[in-house]
Amino acid sequence: MFGYAVKRLLSTIPVLWIALTFCFFVLRLAPGGPFDLERPLPPVVRANLEAHYGLDRSLVEQYFSYMGNVLIGDLGPSFTNDDFTVAELLAIGLPYTFTIGGAAFLLAILIGVLTGTFSALHRNSGVDYTIAAVIMTGLIVPNFLVAPILQLIFGVQLAWLPVGGWGNGSIAFLILPVVVLALPHAARISRLMRGSMIETLGADFIRTAKAKGIGGTLTVRRHAIKPALLPVLSYLGPAAGYLLTGSLVVENIFGLPGIGTYFINAALNRDYGMVLGTVIFYMVLIIVLNLIVDVAYAWLDPRVRAR
Amino acid sequence: MSLLPDNRGAVADAYDASLDDDVSGRSLTQDALRRFRRNRAAMGAVFMLVALVIAAAIGPSLLPFNYEDLDWSAFRQPPSLSTGHYFGTDQNGRDILARTLIGTRISLIVALVATAVSVVIGVCYGAVAGYLGGRIDAAMMRFVDIMYALPYILFVILLMVIFGRNIVLLFVGIGAVEWLTMARIVRGQTLSLREREFIEAARASGLKPTQIIVRHIIPNLIGPVVIFATLTVPEVVITESFLSYLGFGVQEPLTSLGTLIAEGTDVISVLPWMLWFPASFLVAMLLSLSFIGDGLRDAFDPKDY
Repeated sequence: MFGYAVKRLLSTIPVLWIALTFCFFVLRLAPGGPFDLERPLPPVVRANLEAHYGLDRSLVEQYFSYMGNVLIGDLGPSFTNDDFTVAELLAIGLPYTFTIGGAAFLLAILIGVLTGTFSALHRNSGVDYTIAAVIMTGLIVPNFLVAPILQLIFGVQLAWLPVGGWGNGSIAFLILPVVVLALPHAARISRLMRGSMIETLGADFIRTAKAKGIGGTLTVRRHAIKPALLPVLSYLGPAAGYLLTGSLVVENIFGLPGIGTYFINAALNRDYGMVLGTVIFYMVLIIVLNLIVDVAYAWLDPRVRAR
Repeated sequence: MSLLPDNRGAVADAYDASLDDDVSGRSLTQDALRRFRRNRAAMGAVFMLVALVIAAAIGPSLLPFNYEDLDWSAFRQPPSLSTGHYFGTDQNGRDILARTLIGTRISLIVALVATAVSVVIGVCYGAVAGYLGGRIDAAMMRFVDIMYALPYILFVILLMVIFGRNIVLLFVGIGAVEWLTMARIVRGQTLSLREREFIEAARASGLKPTQIIVRHIIPNLIGPVVIFATLTVPEVVITESFLSYLGFGVQEPLTSLGTLIAEGTDVISVLPWMLWFPASFLVAMLLSLSFIGDGLRDAFDPKDY
């Protein structure tokens, strides 16, 4: 298992390298730079700045020095936020993104598994259809539309929850962003869960369990949940990536200073170091999360474990 | 999954025909279309989509207002029948109905072109991987697996920021994001197709791999590809409006549903109609596209019946 994990990690290195190289050259070859301000800088100042950040060297030279630094874990300075290194900025944004993303991840799993199992057990009942309709809405209405509607209802008209900001991480401020971020994933997990639960309930070993006289709820809890969770589990890897994409919007709408906000600002300001740093960070995060999901999958599925 | 290449229908047809020349059999495709037509949600969705397409195509030219013209007599007007601004106007006095229709048009065009791009890339990649098989296939599909794990939207945003908000780039960027699943599906189909007799016959008669792929494999993939492409369209619409919402999509004065929703969100408590109308168009479009896609899939893949 450990060898498998290491092999998986090693196989992602070329991808990271290709993606980084692509981003590096796209950024550099494109017109515009971090010091092209609306009021042009005096040429001397500009030349000094560029020399300071090493932009006066040849592109190839810069590429190799950047890659060398990344290899030893140094993401370099931010070009537009003076006095901050990329790593420091990421460390500042990280708690926001992680809190919302993590909470949304857990909420999505919780809601999805519960509603999915419930729908499967009460197949084709009124409740099943109601859940299906809500899921369809959750899947179709994009989060940048759900967010303002919830803000309007709960923030402005009912005035129960704040419409945005962080508020030192108090629960009230977290509810709306987390719900908005979790909704589409809860819907997808619920759908997967319903399908796989129905399939599992039709399996022979469930019939055996019932024949042995184990009651309905206990059959589900003891025997059906675990195998039915497998398809859900394999969705969680990609879901981590979608959550990051979603957090771009959610951070933007709710005015949260997370990594997504940093990425968008860095891209707009041509902050080379920051853009590349964010890309590396996101990719490593997604790769690691996918790996965890794969290992968990192997651990849960006796058929995979046996190999 | 495969619908056209299956010869069960043809065999049945031949059998029927041998019994009685007047009775014509039904092909699998006809069967599927019949199932589709019986699906009320899907048929309703077809009508809704057709209505949206017609409105987006010819609506703007029928209106007295252009989507970019300012009406100096009507700023921030709520929807009303008497002023002629049926959906109201924005802060600059631009007609929301005209802007919504243009936005719908842009979103539909982007969705179609980007889906076409993703279909072309996905089909070529998947067919080549599936047909060649072996190590090449393993390497190509491993690449797809890895690509699945990348935060594409970041790359699309980068491209849009760096090369300007170009609508062509938007097509290519989104298309390049959405091809992976298509490649997987096509590869799976191709794997089963290439063991079939007619491919063997083509190989025996000396066709080159490229000719076999283009002439014999790809035509037989049309069914699953069409179904999956229909399911891709709403995803593309969401991606496009997502980018436009963040300000990386189409540029003013041209607009798309995502841009309109972003503008409406800013003024939701004072000029709510600026959000509701584009939002309901977007939701209607996504709903109808999803229902059509699901309906097609159910009709052509009657596993559940």
